[in-house]
Amino acid sequence: MRDDKKRHITQADAIREALAQALQEDERVIVVGEGVPDPKGVFGTTAGLQQQFGPSRVFDSPLSENGMTGICIGAAISGMRPVMVHQRIDFALLAMDQIVNNAAKWRYMFAGQVNVPLVIMVIVGRGWGPGPQHAQSLQAFFGHIPGLKVVMPTSGYDAKGMLLAAIRDDNPVIFIQHRWLHGIEDLVPEPPYTVPLDRAAICRSGKDATLVAFSYMVVEALLAAEALSQYGIDIEVIDARSVRPLDMPTIIESVRRTGTLVVADTAWKTGGIAGEVIAAVAETAFDALRRPPVRIALPDYPVPTSPYLVKDYYPDALYLARHIAAHLGREVPDAELAERLFRSTPCDVPQKDFRGPF
Amino acid sequence: MNFEKAFGSMLRVRRVEEAIADRYAEQQMRCPVHLSIGQEAVAVGVCAALRKEDGVFSNHRAHAHYLAKGGDLKAMLAEIYGRENGCCRGVGGSMHMVDLAAGFLGAVPIVGATVPLAVGAAWAAKLRGENRVIAVFFGDGTFEEGVVHESINFAALHRLPILFVCENNLYACYSRIDDRQPDRPIHGVAAAQGCRTFTADGNDVQAVFDVSREAVAGLRSGQGPAFIECATYRWREHCGPNLDDNLGYRPQGELARWESVCPVERAAAFLRAMPDGAALIESAEKQIAAEIADAFAFALEGPLPNSADLPGYLYA
Repeated sequence: MRDDKKRHITQADAIREALAQALQEDERVIVVGEGVPDPKGVFGTTAGLQQQFGPSRVFDSPLSENGMTGICIGAAISGMRPVMVHQRIDFALLAMDQIVNNAAKWRYMFAGQVNVPLVIMVIVGRGWGPGPQHAQSLQAFFGHIPGLKVVMPTSGYDAKGMLLAAIRDDNPVIFIQHRWLHGIEDLVPEPPYTVPLDRAAICRSGKDATLVAFSYMVVEALLAAEALSQYGIDIEVIDARSVRPLDMPTIIESVRRTGTLVVADTAWKTGGIAGEVIAAVAETAFDALRRPPVRIALPDYPVPTSPYLVKDYYPDALYLARHIAAHLGREVPDAELAERLFRSTPCDVPQKDFRGPF
Repeated sequence: MNFEKAFGSMLRVRRVEEAIADRYAEQQMRCPVHLSIGQEAVAVGVCAALRKEDGVFSNHRAHAHYLAKGGDLKAMLAEIYGRENGCCRGVGGSMHMVDLAAGFLGAVPIVGATVPLAVGAAWAAKLRGENRVIAVFFGDGTFEEGVVHESINFAALHRLPILFVCENNLYACYSRIDDRQPDRPIHGVAAAQGCRTFTADGNDVQAVFDVSREAVAGLRSGQGPAFIECATYRWREHCGPNLDDNLGYRPQGELARWESVCPVERAAAFLRAMPDGAALIESAEKQIAAEIADAFAFALEGPLPNSADLPGYLYA
């Protein structure tokens, strides 16, 4: 699939294209969310969809997250395939009752008689001061719930393919985007295609350590791995892609080859999905581990707003590279490493030309 | 409305729940049960105004709604007994009734949880061009949940074919409505939110049917959501088979006053005044007793469910 077009588009455009193609291919698909048809179009991910498909397929929403989630569940069990859009993952917290009690359990509690084909799109914020309530990374919350599928693609290619797969899936899927991935360009074929919702991807092969990363942390992990390769340290980077289910066979197979496991998450450390990955490896492949596993995650306090407070909050490629080298007991000239991974953009924006706000 | 049929339906709900209560002490029904005894007229009157293809959602106190909509009695009792031949194969129990073939689309015990689902089902019916009405039953306590008001707002905005049925029985568990809501009519709030509203004596099946028929006719002609508030009363404890007036949470004499307007007895009295009324009631009693005996046997002889099947219910 990947070589049929040499077309690079941003992840926001890839997501918009997936939504348009889902609306095109299946008349049961509807898209609904606060601000979906507004001029900003949820960071461009829903731009123009209502003009293209009309107001009976693409809806704005009252500010009623829990009610609208229940309404979409009701539509989903009645023959529709709703896609809900939240501008921030934090807003989905208002809908946890419907997500956890109904979406995740409706099929189960009626012994498989009814499916809930529902996609809930949420976005993890970061940068330009979104602060404690607009930049949480709650994949572990959702991942804890049996009955949900939870994915967080990193590449634009995967974002399009996994969104189409999620919309075609007969189960509730939480589709987690990261705000810092929206602007990154990727090779994205135009025809519709799907990417499985339960497979990790090995982004870079290596023999010295397995670095499992989630969402945006894959970007930093690949930078760290590239820098470390200059010093003969060979890191295997795995994009986890899905949170529930975790693709443990792929991860365990890698750890059996490398003997070292590092997990880089976009979320807090305590109770996070990184710990779940490590626990699963320890249970089934303890003998393969040559040293203790490591979690690279956020400090256990909410992100502050001020750029002066936030500069040390998010672990980046340099942080990853330093920790992995030290953990492997490998000497790396630190000043040189820091120069290689020097980030010229301010800590609170994804790219140089960003002028804020999100 | 066929009055004899409505009476028979109410009597059936009453006798089924009395049988559940009588046998509950045997320790074989190992799940909570919330009995509708005293409230049968609302379920029967509303469902008499619906067609088979119309949908109904309910809540933890669902037996009456399920049976009135045509839900299978055997599958209901087998579910309460936790058997494989129950309507949810033992996963749900009394608080999770479902019978899709009968248009009983589901009941769950998170208060207010099915109200948006019903609105969503009505939304789907409208989007799909189906001539279908959805009704959802809930209590006065549920009207305090935010999700109900979010749901009503959306239903009014999109003029959906949804019938909200509030069974105002004055109590949420043991908390009286005066301690939970200001002194204003519930239906008045729904009217302000854009519903066509109706009230009925919830212990008078004919009255409930009459307003339901009018409400449903409006839904079918695209007039937007309707809201019926029915005054009624729960005779027994919130959860379980017993009377609980000894707890003293209700004013003295209140239960007796409501028992004196028993919906089943009022309908029976009406029938008795007719030429064949007494014989008709006797025949209904006999038929129902036989059906109940059969259904309990079906449930008690039902195979035990297998926990190995559980993971298969989780994902499609």
